[in-house]
Amino acid sequence: MTEPLLRVRDLKTYFVTEQGSGTARAVDGVSFDVRPGETLGIVGESGCGKTVTSLSILRLIPEPPGHIRPGSFIEFEGRNILTLEPKELRAVRGNQIAMIFQEPMTSLNPVFTVGDQIAEAAIVHQHLSRAAARRRAIEMLQLVGIPDPEERVDHYPHQMSGGMRQRVMIAMALVCHPKLLIADEPTTALDVTIQAQILELLERLQAELGMAVMLITHDLGVVAGTADRVVVMYAGQVVEQAPTVELFAHPVHPYTEGLLAAVPRLDAPSLSLRTGGRGRLHSIPGQVPAATAWPDGCRFHPRCPYAWDRCRAEEPPLLDASQGDAGTHTARCWLVTEPQRRTRRP
Amino acid sequence: MNIWNWVALGGAAVAALLVVAVVRRRASASASGRRFFRHPTAAPGLFVLAFFVTVAVAAPLVAPYKPYQQIDIVHLQNRSPSTRNVLGTDPFSRDVWSRLAYGARISLGIGALAMLVAVTIGGAVGATAGYFRGWMDAALMRLVDVGLAMPRIFAMLVVVALWDHIAVPVLVLLIGLTGWFATSRLVRAEVLSLRERDFVAAARALGAGPGRVIGRHVLPNAAAPIIVSAALGIGNVMLLEAGLSFLGMGVPSPAPSWGNMIADGWPKIAVAPWSATFPGLAISLVVMALNAVGDALRDALDPRKEAV
Amino acid sequence: MIAPPPLVAVQDLVKHFAGERGWFGLGQPRAVVRAVDGVSFEIPPAQTLGLVGESGSGKTTTGRAILRLVEPDRGRVTVDGLDVLTLGPRELRALRRRMQIVFQDPYGSLNPRMTVRQMLAEPLAIHRIATGPDAERRIAALLEEVGLDPGFGRSYPHELSGGQRQRVGIARALSVEPQFLVLDEPVSALDVSVQAQVLNLLAELQQRRRLTYLFIAHDLAVVKHIADEVAVMYLGKIVERAPALALYAAPRHPYTTSLLSAVPVPDPTAQRNRIVLSGDVPSPMHPPPGCPFHPRCPHPKKNDRCRTEPPALRAVAPGQLAACHFAEEPL
Repeated sequence: MTEPLLRVRDLKTYFVTEQGSGTARAVDGVSFDVRPGETLGIVGESGCGKTVTSLSILRLIPEPPGHIRPGSFIEFEGRNILTLEPKELRAVRGNQIAMIFQEPMTSLNPVFTVGDQIAEAAIVHQHLSRAAARRRAIEMLQLVGIPDPEERVDHYPHQMSGGMRQRVMIAMALVCHPKLLIADEPTTALDVTIQAQILELLERLQAELGMAVMLITHDLGVVAGTADRVVVMYAGQVVEQAPTVELFAHPVHPYTEGLLAAVPRLDAPSLSLRTGGRGRLHSIPGQVPAATAWPDGCRFHPRCPYAWDRCRAEEPPLLDASQGDAGTHTARCWLVTEPQRRTRRP
Repeated sequence: MNIWNWVALGGAAVAALLVVAVVRRRASASASGRRFFRHPTAAPGLFVLAFFVTVAVAAPLVAPYKPYQQIDIVHLQNRSPSTRNVLGTDPFSRDVWSRLAYGARISLGIGALAMLVAVTIGGAVGATAGYFRGWMDAALMRLVDVGLAMPRIFAMLVVVALWDHIAVPVLVLLIGLTGWFATSRLVRAEVLSLRERDFVAAARALGAGPGRVIGRHVLPNAAAPIIVSAALGIGNVMLLEAGLSFLGMGVPSPAPSWGNMIADGWPKIAVAPWSATFPGLAISLVVMALNAVGDALRDALDPRKEAV
Repeated sequence: MIAPPPLVAVQDLVKHFAGERGWFGLGQPRAVVRAVDGVSFEIPPAQTLGLVGESGSGKTTTGRAILRLVEPDRGRVTVDGLDVLTLGPRELRALRRRMQIVFQDPYGSLNPRMTVRQMLAEPLAIHRIATGPDAERRIAALLEEVGLDPGFGRSYPHELSGGQRQRVGIARALSVEPQFLVLDEPVSALDVSVQAQVLNLLAELQQRRRLTYLFIAHDLAVVKHIADEVAVMYLGKIVERAPALALYAAPRHPYTTSLLSAVPVPDPTAQRNRIVLSGDVPSPMHPPPGCPFHPRCPHPKKNDRCRTEPPALRAVAPGQLAACHFAEEPL
């Protein structure tokens, strides 16, 4: 097996809350690997810690109120990012690890042209001249499929549509040919037809540039179509991790199972909710708990249809649920040890 | 200054401390209250304001003399501070401390009331313009442009010049009527953005009329910036009143206002600096306290921090 | 069987937004945004019409124009036989008891300075439905009906989760006992697990109270599970309208086909033949001549006629209307 490009071990990112009374354990012991060239999907609902995880990797957590706990470990190509000096860190950011965000309007600076913003990374990291950087920006715009790049390079963000701006964001991120691209909900703010364009673009660029992609999303449909492996997060923890096909075919954790069942699907026959409760959508009861007070035991137990005494008392570790190679499929659930307790499937 | 005046003065200080303590206890229950007191100058500012308000209210108790009383016009002119006259006496042999205490009533009162007039008018005009938009907005905002372009002090001098003696309520109205323009712009901007919010649409969809929508849904959500600007504005009004009084166009002598106290003491500043300096210090202290409290309020009421 | 008369009928609804004019409304108006450009549909009682489109398609403006939250320029809207657009302020206020709206953003749609109880008491007071203990009883019953503990009455919006806020929004709309609800993307801001809860709730309420829904959404998968009929909007016009089953099984307009193919399916083994449309939705300020969809249309037979002659919305199959010159030869 190839050496992973990024290794995250026991990452804990906590926030001191406004009240000063509690600590929000937003990310609480997260471990996973990203291998060179693969697409890793990180899936979870709001408040699960997926965005804080991605920001922690680039050390973009505002301190205070946040801090990464000692004992956390983020290794990129053999170096621990958490101990890098500011100068070394800047050499990694935007150069070897790049990031794109959800909101393409606020992530671009409104007072500079898109060309200037794309060129900036090339000037900083690759010491290109202004003219060379501008040529590079035009190349990048062409690469991300923006028509008339020579003209568009001098446009300001507000002159572009949402989809165009997200392409510009991608061009900015890729200008230094990073080895890892972290995409945090890159299509959530976009329309479906534009989302399809951006996903296709990411897929093509990944093949052309051979980079690894960490795709953070709440949309299981997006993950199914793009990721090689999936990490499911809930309440600041990884609850399940498996190759994509395996995860969708045999979800082990009841949260994954419930999430998959709750998605309204186009490929399923209509549930005709209107004809009176006959076909209800599956839903997970209750809500995500607050990060200041995760439940004891398994953090999902208050919402879990299978929970028993042990789940309330004892927090499960990530257990090996692989059917093939050991360690490829893990789940944080006691059901792995007592599968007969899975009584009914949603 | 007798023992009872000292006791009353001590009482005023204690009362002000109590006010701060009570407000702090109440505030600690909410996130915005805690943000208020996180400002290092918020508590001292609040104390200064509470102290001067108490002194103003309890002026007959803390002041040993009547504010107009010329104690001894022959022997007691321009006396330096002593145990009898803690802040000295002015050129007319009046007790500076007593005038300062009574003057707090007039100066703080004019500041608060004039600001109240300004905020009421500015709020009404701004809300009307922002909510109804169209020609009403255009007309009102052009009026505001004219108001803002007008040099306020000259406009007031012209009005004051028409009467030879101006009553305090008239002065309050005058300051209020010339001071609402900036507030109305602020309120209009708030209302313009609030009226597009879905909860306003929801209220309209439920059948609420314009009065209810503005009164219950729009203005309460615009209250924070209005309160902050009012707090900062009171200081400005006090400075304006002091300026007018100093020019002899404001509160008519012998009524004590901090402005005409400075005017009275000014000619003798070389021999009796106390009679002009202490009212000046009082004005500075109160204006600084108002700015400190206003800044802290601005942070505390910032709705963007509400979610944290 | 004779179909019941529609509860809601919209005919040729038009809403254009002109740019703001200068001083006192003088000066040249700026370019006109054709947000809604001749929309017609009917909804039979206790049924759901799904109105689907991307951002800028005019679906939200359509919903708000029907309720006169924005004043439409032209057209005719009847709700339960009453002509909505000609009513004076007093009659309009009375009609608001029959039609209500639930908004997308559960954060922006609740007044942050009011408690849940105050929000629910307000409509009862406006329409003089109930006061005092009677109002308290109704509020408790409403909260229970939307699945919230009556204790939530004392809460402020910021103390609630997204799903709970959306339930409060629904309770507020139901407080005046309407017959018709405009649901403006009611679940798009919610997490998947909560989204399913709210959709189930809406279905139950429709059943119990015989509500008529206009369900506005951008997500075709959500609409599939709740709508009886679906209308697809593009640049202010309905391009296809059909019973839900027919639309999902055999879309006739190439835009509908492309939209359906673009929805990500949560199944990694599914055969994907995604049609990726090129370009963006054109600006509704400068809609293309002819068929509004022609610059992005992937139909192989696209020709000059598409570029010049706007296709009419016409019946292509029983109950199925499409605005495409080639609707008989769908993609």
